[in-house]
Amino acid sequence: MAIRSFFLFILFFSSSLSPVFSLYEDQVGLMDWHQQYIGKVKQAVFSSQRAGRKRVVVSTEENVIASLDLRHGEIFWRHLLGADDVIDGIDIGLGKYVITLSSGGSILRSWNLPDGQMVWESSLQGPKHSKSFLLVPTNLKFDKDNVLVVFSNGRLHAISCIDGEVLWKKDFEAESFEVQQVILPPGSDLIHVVGFAALSQFEMYQINAKNGELLKHESAFFSSGFSGQVSLVSTETVVALDSTGSILLTISFQDGKISSQQTPISNLVEDSLGPAVIIPSSVSGIFAIKTDAVTIFIRVIGKGNLEVVEKTTHEIAVSDALSISEDQQAFALIQHASSEIHLTVKLAHDWDGNLLKESVKMDRQRGLVHKVFINNYIRTDRSYGFRVLIVMEDHSLLLLQQGEIVWSREDGLASIIDVTTSELPVERDGVSVAKVEHNLFEWLKGHMLKLKGTLMLASPEDMAAIQSMRLKSSEKSKMTRDHNGFRKLLIVLTRAGKLFALHTGDGRIVWSYLLRSLHKSEACQSPIGLNLYQWQVPHHHAMDENPSVLVVSRCGPSSDTSGVLSFVDTYTGKELSSLSLDHAVVQVIPLPYTDSTEQRLHLLIDADKHAHLYPKTSGALSIFKREFSNIYWYSVEDQNGIIKGHALKCKCTGEVADEFCFDTRDLWSVVFPSESEKTIATVTRKLNEVVHTQAKVVADQDVMYKYISRNLLFVATVAPKGSGEIGSVTPEESWLVAYLIDTVTGRILHRVTHHGSQGPVHAVFSENWVVYHYFNLRAHRYEMSVIEIYDQSRADNKDVWKLVLGKHNLTSPISLFSRPEVITKSQSYFFTHSLKAIAVTSTAKGITSKQLLLGTIGDQVLSLDKRFLDPRRTVNPTQLEKEEGIIPLTESLPIIPQSYVTHALRVEGLRGIITVPAKLESTTLVFAHGVDLFFTQLAPSRTYDSLTEDFSYALLLITIVALVAAIFVTWRLSERKELQEKWR
Amino acid sequence: MKWVEVIVSFILTLSFLSFPSCGFQSDELLVDDEEFGLEGAPQHRSPEPIPTRSPPVTSPTRKRHSDLDSDSKIQFSLDHAFGDSDFSPAGTFSARLKTWSHGGQNLLESDDFYRIRLPSNVLSPPGRDFIISSVKARCLPRESLDEHFVIHMEGVNVLAVNYGSPGSCPYPRNLKLPAKWSFSSHTVLKNSEQAPRAPVFTEEILGGENAEGEVVQPAERSFWAKYWMYLIPLGLIVMNAITQAMNMPEEQATGQVPAQGQPSAGAVQRGPSSAVRRR
Repeated sequence: MAIRSFFLFILFFSSSLSPVFSLYEDQVGLMDWHQQYIGKVKQAVFSSQRAGRKRVVVSTEENVIASLDLRHGEIFWRHLLGADDVIDGIDIGLGKYVITLSSGGSILRSWNLPDGQMVWESSLQGPKHSKSFLLVPTNLKFDKDNVLVVFSNGRLHAISCIDGEVLWKKDFEAESFEVQQVILPPGSDLIHVVGFAALSQFEMYQINAKNGELLKHESAFFSSGFSGQVSLVSTETVVALDSTGSILLTISFQDGKISSQQTPISNLVEDSLGPAVIIPSSVSGIFAIKTDAVTIFIRVIGKGNLEVVEKTTHEIAVSDALSISEDQQAFALIQHASSEIHLTVKLAHDWDGNLLKESVKMDRQRGLVHKVFINNYIRTDRSYGFRVLIVMEDHSLLLLQQGEIVWSREDGLASIIDVTTSELPVERDGVSVAKVEHNLFEWLKGHMLKLKGTLMLASPEDMAAIQSMRLKSSEKSKMTRDHNGFRKLLIVLTRAGKLFALHTGDGRIVWSYLLRSLHKSEACQSPIGLNLYQWQVPHHHAMDENPSVLVVSRCGPSSDTSGVLSFVDTYTGKELSSLSLDHAVVQVIPLPYTDSTEQRLHLLIDADKHAHLYPKTSGALSIFKREFSNIYWYSVEDQNGIIKGHALKCKCTGEVADEFCFDTRDLWSVVFPSESEKTIATVTRKLNEVVHTQAKVVADQDVMYKYISRNLLFVATVAPKGSGEIGSVTPEESWLVAYLIDTVTGRILHRVTHHGSQGPVHAVFSENWVVYHYFNLRAHRYEMSVIEIYDQSRADNKDVWKLVLGKHNLTSPISLFSRPEVITKSQSYFFTHSLKAIAVTSTAKGITSKQLLLGTIGDQVLSLDKRFLDPRRTVNPTQLEKEEGIIPLTESLPIIPQSYVTHALRVEGLRGIITVPAKLESTTLVFAHGVDLFFTQLAPSRTYDSLTEDFSYALLLITIVALVAAIFVTWRLSERKELQEKWR
Repeated sequence: MKWVEVIVSFILTLSFLSFPSCGFQSDELLVDDEEFGLEGAPQHRSPEPIPTRSPPVTSPTRKRHSDLDSDSKIQFSLDHAFGDSDFSPAGTFSARLKTWSHGGQNLLESDDFYRIRLPSNVLSPPGRDFIISSVKARCLPRESLDEHFVIHMEGVNVLAVNYGSPGSCPYPRNLKLPAKWSFSSHTVLKNSEQAPRAPVFTEEILGGENAEGEVVQPAERSFWAKYWMYLIPLGLIVMNAITQAMNMPEEQATGQVPAQGQPSAGAVQRGPSSAVRRR
């Protein structure tokens, strides 16, 4: 024990000499990569500037505004608005300002187009919630000031484009008025606001654009009511559907007079189709309706005469109109054929003629086209050319021009739901060094350069070459398993229902697969992916199998809709099989058992509290039967504040005999009083965490035994009043209670109240400790607390003689039904940052000391040594405690600038941090995701088990050679001398 | 760890719980000073404090036997279930069912769960939901059926109950029938602890000057404890030197003895030794 503690001490000492593990400048990008995304594009506006770089400004569902290079798709600039600052509309004003309307139409901002600096921001209030519209008229002027027209929150505003000042405003206070369109007829000073009132009244307001004066208000009553949106077919005509979705209403309000015409859809199309919806578009003279299977394009001729121009069963997407000359409007239409998409650009008044018709080969893994944005340019032969920006089902963004995909962006990766990892294939014979390094000459040259670098003979150009060689090192991006376990596949599931495999070496996409089971279908209306689990991790007797992952998804937002399972091979990215379940999936419990083909057993709990075992094989069932009575789980009912523990009871007692279905029973419950506590966070240990030793040697040669149980649950509750924003309550009426609960027996092992504290709580559980972060209202600061839990029942095993004679209880089995004898130690510290995520490093054997990884509010990842969060820190640690590594107590935790894992980069919109152990004990792999992705390797106690990258092999070699030479020389010398002496 | 042990008068202890029961008397502590009505009327608040019936909280643990008075003011009932059977009343809290009578033996044979439940609100049972707890049946039998309750309370609400045997219950649980089929119970009530506050050093900086001289010197360690890492190699070197010094004269002796006493063997040995000398 003494020896081990001595080693630990040495280890600590060596690490405490330089407690900061920062990078050198030339190490950036060696082991880490960073990818920037923007998310699924909602709206795109092309900059029409003649000079300068071509760009497109987009707003996305991740609340990003970005300016993209139209030639390459790179990001010029980008802003991530807050999570609740949803963008409603964007446009470009005066050719140099990007105008954005966000937060339900209450914030209007202007950004400088070239560099993305904010120019002004104004807040728009209104009487009630409504749809919001942002219109940027090109010719509407007000005292030489260009004007923006914004309708939001039931109020129409005219706003100066230069400084965001509100020039005039007009309220639409009528209770039931729902605005549908705001129309600015070109060349006039009128604004038309049309909408519905009381579900069956059509209202039209005519407003003077100069001063906001109401000129005319007309209304008309439609007994059949309205449904859905309206489509604007000209500046004075809209088309709507009645409440049954079967009659088209063409309403025109020429000169302020409302006239209308009703056309049943069945008059236009022979066969009945069921209820239809209008596809919103703004092409003049044409609109589209969509029923379950058919999309119909209808032309409006004259005053309310409708004519079907096209009926298609293909999936179709239409762009908005683009005016290409005074009276001509073009729009783009994309239709799907099996593996191609057909792009047609038509003039609005001429359906039959095509301006452009192209076919583009499209990867099936991108799914359907969701959105089309059209832009024109002038070709070298002075004719009009068109390019379109399309948004696909997998959220990727592509630019099509001249029948080709000019660039594409995988923006689905901006919304990752879940991450897991997979090993790469083992290196097969036949892959030699020569194949990897291009040829021997290159290889030699590289090594010569490196040698020059180490001997400091290299010129700056050589240094640059060495640096680029290091960055591009093919070693790290090979598709085979490496000895240190640094190369892995990160399997990520995105919100679009697509799986990506990213290589940890350089972050490239190895394969991607749009899950078929997550496609919309008859049975599954709005499928959403939930989680990823490792299904098959072959390692010893099933080495030939490929590993696979399980994707659990469900057919709708509520938890009682039926679930779908898909199994995907992680080497090839092919779906092995998929299962449509006849039950819901409320909870998935990966069991620590595998069957003969190394498939991991999973227990799925449905809404009726039945447990279903997967895979449904007899082998799995027999393994499961053996462990039947040892399976416990818990469920958290957030709404009720109840935590329940469950166990299996017997086979399902349904009418259908299903041997893989089991009834369950409640074993315990914890009911938090609803008037004083509300659960806001629950955290457990990671299932695959490895703990190296149970014993912890403390300063005075004493041993403490960690209470290590996989079944511990950390729960944080706050006062219901204090569950809102920070500062919304006084310290007196807010408190936070932290619990440690055993999930097998429901015992509360520890319970502690923090008075005057408030959530949000971020917590991480590892080994025998939990660290949680919350806000202290009294101190007006964030705090981090640590709870460590120790087992007292083994505490008397300190005596060496007991250990020698075997009179200890260390090997006796532990049962959680025994009364636990635990003690806890806790301590709180102030911390400066608020957090977005928290994680802890994990290593292969759990020997290396731990670091906490904190996702700060600035979207960076900060590493903090766990030693700072030791509950045994005291103000004046004794000499022995100092040797053990206890840091003197401070009131707040230090933030060391060099310990930012993300160094200078930011992971915009940070949502999660995942740590994966490498095979090398000292190293852990860290993947942080949000809108951006970031990956790096960390060595919390430095790489004590391998030579560093910059280790000078040349110097070692030279030393050895010199030593050998010296040995030979001295040997010769001594022999000669001996001979001479002999002859003397 | 502050916990109050209670045997009979559960309610009386409740009144005690309503006061901060912790050593750290912070002025921040917010405990509602409500007294609970004795008669258990829902939402009823008695204006008077609890009658001064002295609570027998002095003994640390006491077995509660079946001969307890049953007229104590009971606020909630305790239900139990054998395995999967429905919950049946096991009696009110202070007068538990005396025996396991039927079902108990079967339960022990199958080592199934013995479950109990409590209302989550003491004043208006069952509150929002019942608190359930369970234990493997074979954990209970000792001399009699030993059980141990830890009831976690927050005001009038019962949060959770830890139920089990008072001692350990290691895995290979053998079937052992109790001598007496009656329960002996230990009950512990637990209230929430206060978290230690984050250290604030402002005062200590002021008082730090005076305390400077009083900094506790680490206990002076013995010479050996301090320098053992130097002493051991030193000792080894010394020992090495001594053995070498011991060997030296011996070698000389062995070098000389054969030369004198055994000339025949000495002739063989002289070769190398003369070579050494020549060198």
